[in-house]
Amino acid sequence: MNIFAPIGRAVLNFLAAAGRLGIFTGRAVGHCVRPPIYWSLLFKQMFRVGWLSLPVVGMTAFFTGGVLALQIYIGSSRYGAEGFVPQVVALGICRELGPVIAGLMFAGRVAAAIAAEIGTMRVTEQIDALTTLATNPFKYLVAPRVLAAVITMPILVAIADAIGILGGYTVSTQSLGFNGYVYLENSVNFLTNQDVSSGLIKAAVFGFIVALMGCYHGFNSKGGAQGVGAATTDAVTSSMILILAANYILTSLLFET
Amino acid sequence: MADGAPKVELRGVKKRFGPKVVLDGVNLSIGKGESLVVIGGSGTGKSVMIKSVLGILHPEAGQIFVDGEEVTHLSGRGRDEYLKKFAMLFQGAALFDSLSVWENVAFGLVQGRGMNRKDARGIAIDKLGKVGLGPDVAKLYPSELSGGMQKRVGLARAIASDPEIIFFDEPTTGLDPIMADVINDLIVSTVKDLGVTALSITHDMVSARKISDRIAMLYKGKIIWDGPTDRIDETGNEYVDQFINGRAEGPIKMEVRA
Repeated sequence: MNIFAPIGRAVLNFLAAAGRLGIFTGRAVGHCVRPPIYWSLLFKQMFRVGWLSLPVVGMTAFFTGGVLALQIYIGSSRYGAEGFVPQVVALGICRELGPVIAGLMFAGRVAAAIAAEIGTMRVTEQIDALTTLATNPFKYLVAPRVLAAVITMPILVAIADAIGILGGYTVSTQSLGFNGYVYLENSVNFLTNQDVSSGLIKAAVFGFIVALMGCYHGFNSKGGAQGVGAATTDAVTSSMILILAANYILTSLLFET
Repeated sequence: MADGAPKVELRGVKKRFGPKVVLDGVNLSIGKGESLVVIGGSGTGKSVMIKSVLGILHPEAGQIFVDGEEVTHLSGRGRDEYLKKFAMLFQGAALFDSLSVWENVAFGLVQGRGMNRKDARGIAIDKLGKVGLGPDVAKLYPSELSGGMQKRVGLARAIASDPEIIFFDEPTTGLDPIMADVINDLIVSTVKDLGVTALSITHDMVSARKISDRIAMLYKGKIIWDGPTDRIDETGNEYVDQFINGRAEGPIKMEVRA
């Protein structure tokens, strides 16, 4: 038995998968930027993907901001630097935790929903039916979802940033003895445009990753209920991993400017 | 278009998935206005053959002609144009469950051809009437319909855009014998009234005899017999005999793997 065979097979499988994903991504982007755009489908998806994600994203942001304030207080009080809580909370939320936590929640909700819906359409031949009705499935299914996620994610993260800072504010003023006015003034004056915009750029990229993974795994699901279940799981886990990897890359790129 | 050329023709079409050869050089032609049924056991590649003609799957070798023009490697706009000649009734009807019945029937008109919704709705209700469904069904959703009713809606959707060629994928599978006969009658009348060319795949011999002018049998990726429907009982081909009489004993062995 040749010991190189399994390694070679794994490498080939990996390259084939990367190629398939690359082609899929190219087609998806092509249909997002080339007219016609189905506006009614886009607005419907923005509602489903964006608006309906607000409660989940808002709640996680609130608790994250609160716990951040507590932890930073514990750490900074060892150096007598408790006064920096508002600045560090604002920076941490806007640059890092707002986009990442919102992205992960978005992955759990949206990648799963897209993969399950498109996967079911695949196994019940509804996607083939689209083709026979002279409708391109990329135009009709993929483009509206990807565009909706890329548009709504930065808005969601902007809201999550505000709610996260509010979480830190609530904890700091209620249990850590901060003055509310001073807290807000310190947060706002400290933040730069770049702190906020870098988070929003990340958000758009994360939105793209989530919708793309949902569509890709849904499109490639096979078999019946089990196949759709596997596609949903793959969509969520792969989008979470890609979000965290992209987060590192984006942070190191945006760090320079 | 060359007159007398077959409506659809497959020449040496080969398709495999990994090591498994599904189509091993299929030659088949369908004349204009003809109803051809391809019979064959489950997993013999009947669906793969249809999907290759529709360009949903791409064969590795061979050529496919529609109206004498090669369409094997068409993509983009050229493919959209030739696909407008086709319609398909899917095995599970494949109705869009997020859309109502009339929106399903009108889908190809609204999305594919840019017709406005009001006109498309009128046509949809007219087509529903042609398959024996009243306007009251139009507002329902596919999940509210029985399997037979879904098939009828699927047929209405297939004929909505006045296609030249209709594919029927296992049109009677999963239906009770009476509903199966209703669907068979609808297929026969649709083909006759609209003058369309029909290609059906089935393993239901009652249905095959009723809806076809000609029958071809697909076995191990090849067409092993092809002839008029009234000669199906005297082919002298032991594979065909075993299949049409539904005998477990014979040259055809059931394959375990799909």
